[in-house]
Amino acid sequence: MILKPHAENFKIIGFYLGKILVGLAIFECIPLILAVCLKEFNPALDFFIGTLITLILGFSLQALFFSKKFMNWTEGLSIASISWLAAMFLSAVPLYLSGHWASYLDACFETMSGLATTGLTLSQDLDHLSFSHNLWRHLIMFIGGQGIVIIALSFFAKGFSGAFKMYVGEARDEKIMPNVIDTSRFIWLVSMVYFFLGTLSLGASGILNGMKPFTSFFHGACVFMAAFDTGGFTPQSQNILYYHSFSYELITIVIMLLGAVNFKLHYAVWTGKRKEMFKNIETVTLFFAVLTTLLITAYGLKLTNTYPGAVMLFRKGFYQLISGHTGTGYSTIYARQFINEWGNLALVGVIFAMALGGATCSTTGAIKMLRIGVIFKALFQDIKKIMLPEKAIVVQKFHHIKEIFLDDKLARVSLMITLLYLLLYLFGALIGMCFGYPFLDSLFESTSAAANVGLSCGITQVGMPAALKLTYIFQMWIGRLEFISVFTLFGIIVSAIKGKR
Amino acid sequence: MIKKILPLHCFIAGVVVLFFCPALLAQTVSITGPFSSGELIEHAKSHDKQEVVFKGEVVGEVMPRGNFFWVNINDGANAIGIWAEKKLASDIKYAGDYKTTGDVIEVVGVFNRACPEHGGDLDIHARAIKIIKAGNEREHKINKDKIKLTITLSIILCLTLILQVYKLLLRKKLAK
Repeated sequence: MILKPHAENFKIIGFYLGKILVGLAIFECIPLILAVCLKEFNPALDFFIGTLITLILGFSLQALFFSKKFMNWTEGLSIASISWLAAMFLSAVPLYLSGHWASYLDACFETMSGLATTGLTLSQDLDHLSFSHNLWRHLIMFIGGQGIVIIALSFFAKGFSGAFKMYVGEARDEKIMPNVIDTSRFIWLVSMVYFFLGTLSLGASGILNGMKPFTSFFHGACVFMAAFDTGGFTPQSQNILYYHSFSYELITIVIMLLGAVNFKLHYAVWTGKRKEMFKNIETVTLFFAVLTTLLITAYGLKLTNTYPGAVMLFRKGFYQLISGHTGTGYSTIYARQFINEWGNLALVGVIFAMALGGATCSTTGAIKMLRIGVIFKALFQDIKKIMLPEKAIVVQKFHHIKEIFLDDKLARVSLMITLLYLLLYLFGALIGMCFGYPFLDSLFESTSAAANVGLSCGITQVGMPAALKLTYIFQMWIGRLEFISVFTLFGIIVSAIKGKR
Repeated sequence: MIKKILPLHCFIAGVVVLFFCPALLAQTVSITGPFSSGELIEHAKSHDKQEVVFKGEVVGEVMPRGNFFWVNINDGANAIGIWAEKKLASDIKYAGDYKTTGDVIEVVGVFNRACPEHGGDLDIHARAIKIIKAGNEREHKINKDKIKLTITLSIILCLTLILQVYKLLLRKKLAK
């Protein structure tokens, strides 16, 4: 029997959602200040309006649903999933008001793509977008990459009881520090240190490439935010191809890889445990996964003779692959080149890379390396069991910060999430095929959306059907939150309708 | 008469060259276009290494690299990178961004599907650049409807804050 939730359950959800929205509004002030400084007055008004709407909703929710009760798991997970939807709708307001998005749905697509660190874009005339709107696009990517709840936790540490439940709702089930607030702050510390280093490197590279100092550092900051948070937006319509620079590509590869690494591993390395990098199951699995998908892609590109020469193969083949694998979606080729020039085998290599993703507790999406590693370990364990005498006890261990014994529960959870991702990729591909797109194109775009990558083969454009835009929004949302919190939200809605007191 | 001036084999060779000359010229120095960016990207293989004409607005920045420069030009659908000698860039005054409409230029140059000189970039190596339309500063008039909406929302926010303070005081009173 399903139990109907109490009014108190909804009050808690509403109250904490209000707090998160106020946190979002504070962030919206950053592009507002930039717009005022650069005398971009219409964009300043767009952000003023957006901030006001977010604040009104945030404060109203807190006033109407005031609660001091400790949240349970259902409420915590529901807050996480609903806050992402609310953030999508509210962050889209300034973008829509700019006139660079054809409809509010397109603006929502852009913000969900940003928050979920996907990088698919429906913007029009991006090359004439204001600095402040561009900053907002990249900032929402940074917010989403860190996690909306993490931001709120960092601001309002005292106001959140049961914060860990919301933290888990954002697909981050590993605490770096004993306290979840300290964990959030550590994630911010890591991000800010890399932010300064990354912006400096990209800014310097921009100047050396002939850009003006202000734009090179502005682009550097934006590109860093999108690369470290494995997002994929850039300030110009050509993506990374705009810079025509090998050094820019090399720096973004390093940043993308840093973003794809588990924050726990960052912590271990920062605290002097450098050997962890070579022992950790995630880095080992990532190495083999990149190697395998690179071999497939490179062989595919060789068959079609698309990029003769090692430099070309590195700057085009390897770059798109690593961008796909880390879930960033940065590109140095045009979307249609994937379909017209790459050939099926190379495309499959990139689809595999996108589907696998980076590390857990990082900013990447997709299945993730820990799960792939665990599945392979479980497979080896079963093979060993078959080969050894019946009475032999097979113990399988793996190293992830510490030595962990592989049990059936862990293997089952990993397999279940992997299966759900595979179904999600297929679901989007089926919808794409229903609208007449070929299978491989549909699978490529669907995997890119669901795995929060952002590489496109040309399907994502303003003119695509609204139902497909909604499908990709749903895939980006559920893919980023890794199912559980979204299922919990669905569960609470169903029980509110069908449940009994 | 002719025999006296030229030997026969030279005469025949000359006739053959004159006969095939237009065809040879068409193959080596034919300039095709202007093409849209969509056409060039979609059929990159068939345009590869061909001399093409491409028109578009200069966007972003002109990026000097030694004696050359990079400039990206957008035809409304996509932007394509143009690689050219520095002297060709001297006429470009405006590059498009939020506050500027860039110069619209016509580029004649060799199209590369995967340029071996630039790590496989799809680009055009310009031979000639012509300014079709000069760019200008863009005027952005302040939208009055947005100002009205801002004022209305500010009032609503004040009311919301008053409501919240009132509820807070009420809760404190009840707690006592």
